[in-house]
Amino acid sequence: MYLFGYRLPGMSSLILWGLLWEILGQMEVSFFLPPLTAIFSTLGEIYNSKAFIRALYETGYSFLAGVFFAVIIGIPTGILMGKNKLLDELLLPWVNTFMSAPLTALVPVLMVLFGFGLKSIIITTTLFAIWIIILNSRAGVMQINRSLVDMANSFGASPIDAFIKIYFWAALPEILGGVRIGFIRAVKGVIIAQLLISIVGFGALFELYSSRFLMTHFWAVIIVLFALAFTLSELLGVLARKVDYYASKRN
Amino acid sequence: MSNDQIENAVTVKNVYKNYGDVEALRDLSLEFPKGQLTSLLGPSGCGKTTLLKIIAGLLPATQGEVLVNGQPVNKPGPDRAFVFQDFALMPWASVIRNVAFGLELRGVNKSERESIATKYIKDVGLTGFEHSFPHELSGGMRQRVGLARALSVDSPVLLMDEPFSAVDEQTRRKFQEDLLNLVKNENKTFIFVTHSIEEAVYVSDQVALLLPRPSRVSEIIKPSSFKNKDINSIRKDSEYLDTVERIWKSLRSYVE
Repeated sequence: MYLFGYRLPGMSSLILWGLLWEILGQMEVSFFLPPLTAIFSTLGEIYNSKAFIRALYETGYSFLAGVFFAVIIGIPTGILMGKNKLLDELLLPWVNTFMSAPLTALVPVLMVLFGFGLKSIIITTTLFAIWIIILNSRAGVMQINRSLVDMANSFGASPIDAFIKIYFWAALPEILGGVRIGFIRAVKGVIIAQLLISIVGFGALFELYSSRFLMTHFWAVIIVLFALAFTLSELLGVLARKVDYYASKRN
Repeated sequence: MSNDQIENAVTVKNVYKNYGDVEALRDLSLEFPKGQLTSLLGPSGCGKTTLLKIIAGLLPATQGEVLVNGQPVNKPGPDRAFVFQDFALMPWASVIRNVAFGLELRGVNKSERESIATKYIKDVGLTGFEHSFPHELSGGMRQRVGLARALSVDSPVLLMDEPFSAVDEQTRRKFQEDLLNLVKNENKTFIFVTHSIEEAVYVSDQVALLLPRPSRVSEIIKPSSFKNKDINSIRKDSEYLDTVERIWKSLRSYVE
């Protein structure tokens, strides 16, 4: 962005929105909108409180466990679907269904099945992230240059070799794209699950703060979550750009 | 008969290939003499790449058999190496890993396969580019990598699918000269698919003219007199020019 010929650093528009927020907050337009400065000072108070650290730990743990399973199961499943027509026809309808299904509605069922603890939250997180990872890995494999596969076969590659040395790498740009979106969806998954189960992590904090109308606390937690999700997505974006150089030069 | 098997590195016997109702190859038989370069030449759609892939074992024949050194084959093997039209290099791997990839798949250990690869990288004139990536190379250099990869597995039969069609004209001429030297110096059998009449006549010991609808070998031409001449005078040789003209006369009716 340029202003009067000067190049502004990235995201400087955020300052403008922050200012607007602060002004509206100081004007006490709404009880729901405390001034930004008050939110940050509350954040300074609570960030090393026991409840906050525990929430952060529980959320981080379920998030990482959730995406771990989504990646470990999702990528090979997607690659196999891209390679194998039969498997593809068997699984694709389900993947598409879950991809667009309102998974939130499933959380109560998961709670009944797996209890009110971290297990349900991890499974919810995985369910939020895994479908896009499968679909992207599948798409990555399906656009693979046919002659690369012929090349590997002509030199006598075993199916395992072809899988690890050709299919995975050839599909890597798409796979990473899928993982990136999967991570963002997992952030939603982990928060939604916690909100619904509402006795662990940030869900418990949200419940606590909103039921007591502690709006600055409430916003402080939200800002932390948004910042975490944004940072994560940007980091994965950097990683994805590192392999993009060959995505455009594959053929 | 046994003499015949020694003379021919590859024999294609009564091969049929159908794609559903479409007949790609019908009762095609062809012999590829050992140590020579045979071109498969014909208009597009005549099944020359299909035939090459059947010989490579990448496509199954519907009927008929392919013998390599007298042994029937139906899948890829270490006796054949393939050079691809679009190079088929792994964009995520360096030149040396690409060249050594055939050996890597055969379980040759890293230091050994890299020393072999280094030798062939030198042979194709790419010394200094070992650690470059394919996207940093020109089309001609990429095909040199593809060629080095095929040579490094030291197969007696080299299958080349329009290997020079994706490089510019100057590079292409240089490649053709290099190929003539390669055939002379390496004791290998080359099967070379092309749609360029000049290229086929220039590089081949034997040109198999394939015609479509239904695909068949219509003629086998063995240019002889200019083969031992200096590389630079081949294109002026009268037999060369006559052969090109003769093939064009056979083919022109198939060009709309």
